[in-house]
Amino acid sequence: MYAVFKRELLSFLSSMVAYITIGIFLAVSGLLLWFFPDTSVLDYGYADLGGFFSLVPYLFMFLIPAITMRSFAEEQKEGTYELLVTKPISQWQIIWAKYLACVILVLLALIPTLIYYYSISKLGLPEGNIDSGSVIGSYIGLFLLGSAFTAIGIFASSLTKNQIIAFAIAAALCAFAFLGFDYTSEIFSMQSFETTISSLGINQHYQSISRGVLDTRDLIYFISFSVLFLLFTKLATGRK
Amino acid sequence: MVKKFYMSISVRNLSKHYDKQRAVDSISFEAKPGRILGFLGPNGAGKSTTMRMLTGYLEPTSGDAEISGKNILTSAIEAKKQIGYLPENTPLYTEMYVKEFLRFIGQTYQLKNLPARVDEVIKMVGLTPEQHKKIGMLSKGYRQRVGLAQAIIHNPAVLILDEPTSGLDPNQLVDIRALIKELGKNKTVVISTHIMQEVEAICDDIIIINKGRIVANDTLTGIKQNHSQHSLEEIFRALTA
Repeated sequence: MYAVFKRELLSFLSSMVAYITIGIFLAVSGLLLWFFPDTSVLDYGYADLGGFFSLVPYLFMFLIPAITMRSFAEEQKEGTYELLVTKPISQWQIIWAKYLACVILVLLALIPTLIYYYSISKLGLPEGNIDSGSVIGSYIGLFLLGSAFTAIGIFASSLTKNQIIAFAIAAALCAFAFLGFDYTSEIFSMQSFETTISSLGINQHYQSISRGVLDTRDLIYFISFSVLFLLFTKLATGRK
Repeated sequence: MVKKFYMSISVRNLSKHYDKQRAVDSISFEAKPGRILGFLGPNGAGKSTTMRMLTGYLEPTSGDAEISGKNILTSAIEAKKQIGYLPENTPLYTEMYVKEFLRFIGQTYQLKNLPARVDEVIKMVGLTPEQHKKIGMLSKGYRQRVGLAQAIIHNPAVLILDEPTSGLDPNQLVDIRALIKELGKNKTVVISTHIMQEVEAICDDIIIINKGRIVANDTLTGIKQNHSQHSLEEIFRALTA
């Protein structure tokens, strides 16, 4: 499994995919956080990263499908998938290797944004006046959300030979998983129904972790979410 | 000491159906070590489908097969270790370097002493002058050699090569055939092709397959004796047209 993981990661790093997607992510998140008047902290007046953490999931909806779209689709198109599955490695090893390589890339995109945390804490009055607990929680939340989106993206990529289609399916599924349940829940007027449905969505659990409270229920939710989509991937890529 | 003897490949009633179409219809055959088996048939006869089932890429609808005594369904991973496989059209990771790619393939077999083994196979398939290039930069003949190198890197008992000579120029053809012939001396080799001269040049045994069924299974000399036609081409036409 390590061999496949290493190959995947190196192919990201050697093919510009990594640099371009991470670069665009950092550029857009930087612009949103510092420059665009509607979302900029400078105009907002409070030295707080809340706005950043509520915007990043929307960026991830496009960034992550762009990272994951090639994982299975390209191999199926080029025929190298046949080469890979006829080697003595199991289906699960291939799926996990590809998934982990993409998760690492998402992590690499997140790490540079720690600079924002540093700058904002410097801007606070008094200096360092920032809710670090909530920031740590939000980063854990973002990472878990990123892993869940990656699982969706890997699954979407396993459905088709066409990377553009894989991207579109992944972006749509991510958007639905993040927001769809909240909106759907509003259709029903019964309170109990509403909370049940919205608790299926990623947003609920992301918000809950972002408050700085690491609840095992949220953790279990995110882990089972990823495992579920990797299981779908297994079904989609099984021997035909 | 009693040594259990296995046929390198033994296939029993292997079938692959797509809806109503029978791509491969209950075929059975065996292949012996030290011999090259030519798998012949018109396009769409089921050659690639059979090979893909043997190598674990496709799931058979029914029937099964053993590779060196390892069942392809119940011990798939073990069976895969016995096989070196070159898929049709030689798919390769074109963005990788030759050595990097061969090391990667070696790692999937968990080979020890990998750098030395990579150098060895590079020498064996004649890739030495191109060994520092990216695979995407290589000509078709050299890509074919990379494909062969990745198939033999773990020194498998069985080599399955799907149209290994398609799209090569006459010089490359001769080289690749000589290489396959050399490899066939101590392995079981199955190659698919529809070039009759190639069969006459390198194969010991022949299986002709048509519409998913085996229509001839004999040695090269045997098939010529049984059919009084002169050339293999005529026999092929008579059996499959």
